[in-house]
Amino acid sequence: MEAFTVHTGRAVPLRRSNVDTDQIIPAHWLKKITRDGFEDGLFEAWRKDPEFITNRPERAGATVLVAGPDFGTGSSREHAVWALQNFGFKTVISSRFADIFRGNSLKNGLLTVVLPQETVEQLWKLTEADPTAEITVDLVDRQVRAEGVVAEFELDDNARWRLLEGLDDISLTLQNEADIATYESARPAFKPRTIRA
Amino acid sequence: MGRTLAEKVWDDHVVRRAEGEPDLLFIDLHLLHEVTSPQAFEGLRQAGRKVRRLDLTIATEDHNTPTIDIDKPIADPVSRAQLETLRKNCAEFGVRLHPLGDVEQGVVHVVGPQLGLTQPGTTVVCGDSHTSTHGAFGALAFGIGTSQVEHVLATQTLPLARPKTMAITVTGELADGVTAKDLILAIIAKIGTGGGQGYILEYRGEAVERLSMEARMTICNMSIEAGARAGMIAPDQTTFDYLQGRDHAPVGEDWDAAVAYWKTLRTDDDAVFDAEVVIDGAALSPFVTWGTNPGQGAPLSANVPDPASYEDASERLAAEKALEYMGLTAGQPLRDIKVDTVFVGSCTNGRIEDLRAVAGIIEGRKVADGVRMLVVPGSVRVALQAVEEGLDTVFKEAGAEWRHAGCSMCLGMNPDQLAPGERSASTSNRNFEGRQGKGGRTHLVSPQVAAATAVLGHLASPADLSAADATAGV
Repeated sequence: MEAFTVHTGRAVPLRRSNVDTDQIIPAHWLKKITRDGFEDGLFEAWRKDPEFITNRPERAGATVLVAGPDFGTGSSREHAVWALQNFGFKTVISSRFADIFRGNSLKNGLLTVVLPQETVEQLWKLTEADPTAEITVDLVDRQVRAEGVVAEFELDDNARWRLLEGLDDISLTLQNEADIATYESARPAFKPRTIRA
Repeated sequence: MGRTLAEKVWDDHVVRRAEGEPDLLFIDLHLLHEVTSPQAFEGLRQAGRKVRRLDLTIATEDHNTPTIDIDKPIADPVSRAQLETLRKNCAEFGVRLHPLGDVEQGVVHVVGPQLGLTQPGTTVVCGDSHTSTHGAFGALAFGIGTSQVEHVLATQTLPLARPKTMAITVTGELADGVTAKDLILAIIAKIGTGGGQGYILEYRGEAVERLSMEARMTICNMSIEAGARAGMIAPDQTTFDYLQGRDHAPVGEDWDAAVAYWKTLRTDDDAVFDAEVVIDGAALSPFVTWGTNPGQGAPLSANVPDPASYEDASERLAAEKALEYMGLTAGQPLRDIKVDTVFVGSCTNGRIEDLRAVAGIIEGRKVADGVRMLVVPGSVRVALQAVEEGLDTVFKEAGAEWRHAGCSMCLGMNPDQLAPGERSASTSNRNFEGRQGKGGRTHLVSPQVAAATAVLGHLASPADLSAADATAGV
């Protein structure tokens, strides 16, 4: 996983709530068997409208997505995270994320930042008025900074450490392989098995 | 202090607990399908890892599979490649697979329970958000992303922070004609699509206890639409009766030991939930969605709401956008909404009881002119049972299309899709923009409402059908 420490970039203000993963990446894109090449599928239906925010020339190269509440609801497809990353986003700010989407994003180094809706509004107003305005997302200090905005955000220490170091979860878990083996040896015999011994 | 059902199951699966770290949780059952697994297998391959517990892993094909001409090569080369990738991966790593054409193939959340693999007090995961379905058995079951699929394949565990718990108590008894689907749609409308976020839901109360296992699965299935990763129902005699005798249910002494354990899986009287919601089950009526997220629903007897009536600015904007997309007008009676397509199926409502309910309503009637009705069984086993009972004949005689098992039009990854602007009444779980096909418009309904809607051509309940019969002098 790519590490995340501090990122500064221009923003895409997306004034929509309940942006579900079917909007982020429609199902027909899910037939691909790689983790890359999803950038053209991101917000595919909305991007047919030339006025859609990501189509505006002044938003080209923006890396910070500022979205409405309940971002990433719906399907568990990790392809939604890959599509955002393939498109160039490094971080997403919202007042509320769906649980599975958030878990997926943090496992891929896409930092999802929860801020109060008032702060999201401030960031929307700032970046709508001035497309060149930059937002800094600082995971070291757990702080979001932009002109006129300094906002602290929460992220538990363990998740933050994994992101800062870019650590691979599987390797970390396998350091405790002995614990897994001990647990397995004590499982009751009545537990289901897909293959009979 | 006592513990909730969710806390008991969680505690029984903790492999390792350390200060400042998420718990490492053991996974009893890992279900795989073709869409969310290819990148996980590729990750294993690159790292030189194996599947740790082949005996706790099972795969089937459902999302991409066609529901007609299944004996012919799959027309879409990309779909075909994805299915072939699953077959290749399962062969290479030794995973049990039920491919298209196999008698145990079907929607992964229909297959697990019918094989008896989904059991009380187990942890069940799958790279699919509707894994919450299995919570109906008192299992802790939740959807995961592809990175986590790889993690479970490699370690049979997941590092997870324990969610909070929420009780959803449904009092009273559901009225005649009111189903589990109406209940869960009403719950989502009440708590919102983010209401369950961060919680494991426990559905309880008289109305829930009275439900069959299949109805309980319908409820738990849509926990994710309320924002909760998991929803659970305490196991009871209904659960035990459903499981006994199934392929992978325990037998003999193991059965007795299992039931003794399962009986302990009830929330203690002195346990405290982090949140509680109470719903009057007796007051519910058939419920449908009008908007583009599952929380935008209302009783069938109501009118399309006026966005201006929402106090919250973001809800108001969402309602405006939804009405525009859905092509609806505020104040229009929901019953006046005409549909082009009726879809019966999915992990929400694609089981035998759902098909029986639909057949019971459309038997001897005809699907309305200009309406296309698709009936897609949740699994091959469900299809075989339906054929044995003659339900397929009922569907075909009414003018409906009887298809092969799969996810089908729930998400339109296969050719079963809505055309732009087309409107459906669907027994599935998501009414997102474009979910059932680009530009398609979806109303989520129960199987009973789907059946009545197919006959009348507009959103309707079985009661409307009787009224229409009376008027026509039938």
